[in-house]
Amino acid sequence: MDWALIFRSTGQAAIGPDACYYALAASGLNVHIGYTGLLNFGQAAFGAAGAYGLAVAVVTYGVSFWAALFVGLLGSVVLALVLGFPTLRLRSDYLAIVTLAAAEIIRLVVRSVRYTATLGGTDGLQAFGDAFFRLNPFDGASYTPLQFRPDQVWLLVCAWPLVALCCLLTFLLMRSPWGRVVKAIREDEDAVRSLGKNTYWYKMQSLMLGGAFGAVAGIVFAMSKQSVNPDDYGTRFTFTALAVMILGGTARVIGPVVGAVIFIGILQFLDVLLRQAIDAGLVPGWLPIDVNKVAIIRLIFVGIALVLLMIFRPQGILGDRREVAIRDR
Amino acid sequence: MDPPTTSTSTGPVADPTAGAARGTLIDRKGTAEDDDDVPIEGARITVVGRNGEDAGEAETDSAGRFRIPLAGEGTYTATLDEGSLPDGVSVADGGGRIEFSLGPGQSRTLLFELNAATRRTEGKGDLFLQALVDGTYFGLLLALASVGLSLIYGTTGLVNFAHGELVTMGAIFAYWFNQSLGWPLILSGVLAVAATGAVGWLLDAGFWGPLRRRGTGNTALMVISIGLALAVLNLYLYVFGGRTRPYADYRAQAAIDFGTVSLPPKRIIGALLCVFFLVAVATALQRTRTGKAMRAISDSPDLAASSGINVDRVIRFVWLFGAGLAALGGILFSLSQDVNFEQGSSMLLLLFAAITLGGLGAAYGALIGGFVIGLFVSVSAVWVPTELKNVGALVVLILVLLVRPQGILGTRERIG
Repeated sequence: MDWALIFRSTGQAAIGPDACYYALAASGLNVHIGYTGLLNFGQAAFGAAGAYGLAVAVVTYGVSFWAALFVGLLGSVVLALVLGFPTLRLRSDYLAIVTLAAAEIIRLVVRSVRYTATLGGTDGLQAFGDAFFRLNPFDGASYTPLQFRPDQVWLLVCAWPLVALCCLLTFLLMRSPWGRVVKAIREDEDAVRSLGKNTYWYKMQSLMLGGAFGAVAGIVFAMSKQSVNPDDYGTRFTFTALAVMILGGTARVIGPVVGAVIFIGILQFLDVLLRQAIDAGLVPGWLPIDVNKVAIIRLIFVGIALVLLMIFRPQGILGDRREVAIRDR
Repeated sequence: MDPPTTSTSTGPVADPTAGAARGTLIDRKGTAEDDDDVPIEGARITVVGRNGEDAGEAETDSAGRFRIPLAGEGTYTATLDEGSLPDGVSVADGGGRIEFSLGPGQSRTLLFELNAATRRTEGKGDLFLQALVDGTYFGLLLALASVGLSLIYGTTGLVNFAHGELVTMGAIFAYWFNQSLGWPLILSGVLAVAATGAVGWLLDAGFWGPLRRRGTGNTALMVISIGLALAVLNLYLYVFGGRTRPYADYRAQAAIDFGTVSLPPKRIIGALLCVFFLVAVATALQRTRTGKAMRAISDSPDLAASSGINVDRVIRFVWLFGAGLAALGGILFSLSQDVNFEQGSSMLLLLFAAITLGGLGAAYGALIGGFVIGLFVSVSAVWVPTELKNVGALVVLILVLLVRPQGILGTRERIG
């Protein structure tokens, strides 16, 4: 067992691109679910809007990388309008089903053969981030004891400040009158409406804001893989972000970040530990575990973690039990 | 659709500027497994250029390979001559024609989809009839599978994202009894339904029931069911693997030809079974004490409890029968489409569409909604690409929620 490798790999994951984009995606979900009480199960669609907005603009239409970033953001705002306009009137469990269905529709259409020329089909799109990586000032083997590649260091140096910016934005907004209205909608929408607020429009703004965070997450995801693929934006993306948000604590600004670092760290720790244990022959032969199935065990763990968290600690690590939005309304 | 061309790189290229189309024709026997594949010899493939001029043709050799030298760059259409295929091999919808473009000196690998999905008819009208028949079958089994989902929602308020896993559980249990233990499929099916029903019972007794009594909110329960679905789905993948596998019995039944429509006997018997059980469910809900109690709890749990109905006991029956019916739906699905670890979870949104269309929680809504959605998905595949046929049903789901959120049979006040 190479413990140095195990801890290095865990640390790499905990502050690496994975934790970064899940922190962003979960921050978006936190605005939706945690603060506004909008049960959005289609966060993957916002991630896809950001990533595909960027990739399609660069690869298919030859737009410059920096302009394409705004196309990605704009894509998520348009998606929020299209998705929100008909659905925001629905009750929370209906909204959950509809957003999930909408995300599936988008994924199925993106991966269909019919639009391969524009969207890349199941092969996805590649080579859209060259302009970004050309600016990479880092070179050499490794800058950190965690041994990131230079392009990863460059991406992380740019992406974590984005996470901080999203958190700051959430923090300031939630202290503002706007944030008070949104949180009041979560508690009792009828009461807010009776005060003369246009709750529909507030919910729409919340959907746009959290969706834009999701789009930034999708962009960071796409840049870290240097490719976009429709099946990366399936329900697994949304539900992992959901687990991250709940672990960190709903309706806490810093919750999703804490959740992402810890959750992604644990996942990677389990992954490498299991692989090392198998290699070292520490797993008894009667257990049907082999190296090829470690990735599946990871997902089983995500599911079980979600169940146990919701049962035993729905407020997560930082949350306040009185302010947990996932409950009956 | 541009896989590496190394696998079939036989034969020297005569002219370096000329390209070629090549590939291998294999009868996949309607399964994803490789060990039963048979290469197809003597099938004829013709290629025409953009303006319909002949560009080349070839027949496959004994290993099923073909290679057609082409003059140069341009857009071509390759057609597989279905008449040259051996009996029992047919081309999937639209799989017999491939349009492709070729750069200078480039070679392309062409994939013709050959499986057991019988679609010998050509015209839209015939396709429509066949889709209508296929859709009836699919609709009946969706109705069967969604009864439990709807009743569980109606009686407990739980939106169960793990219901698809019960559908898969039935199919996998039946596979295990049938293929691993060697029991006949009918016995395996009955036992699998019973076993899944028992799992449903235990789930309520040991998991959902205690959570409900603890006062966990419906939204929290929904998130818990998502976690459960994710864990169980991947457990299936772990244990059963990612391959699609058939049952041992009734695999390749000769279809009975009814003029333009053809059906294997297993589908006819499966459909009759569905109808029988759907009628039984409807009658049970209407006539039996437990059935009436289920509808009463759906209407108002508190009122039902105060009139002396043992709510927890009735809910346990809902889980027992709901899970059993889901399992039956899964087995009947696998009878024609084979067993896959995610067959249930990929059906889940269709099940939601079904019960939403019928009216969430309305006892008979699922029967009607399931049937309509199944029919709609199959029939829409006549006009939209197969890979997009589920999109139509999901759009219907969204439209129903917007226009008439109570569904066909729901009552308005239940929506709140």
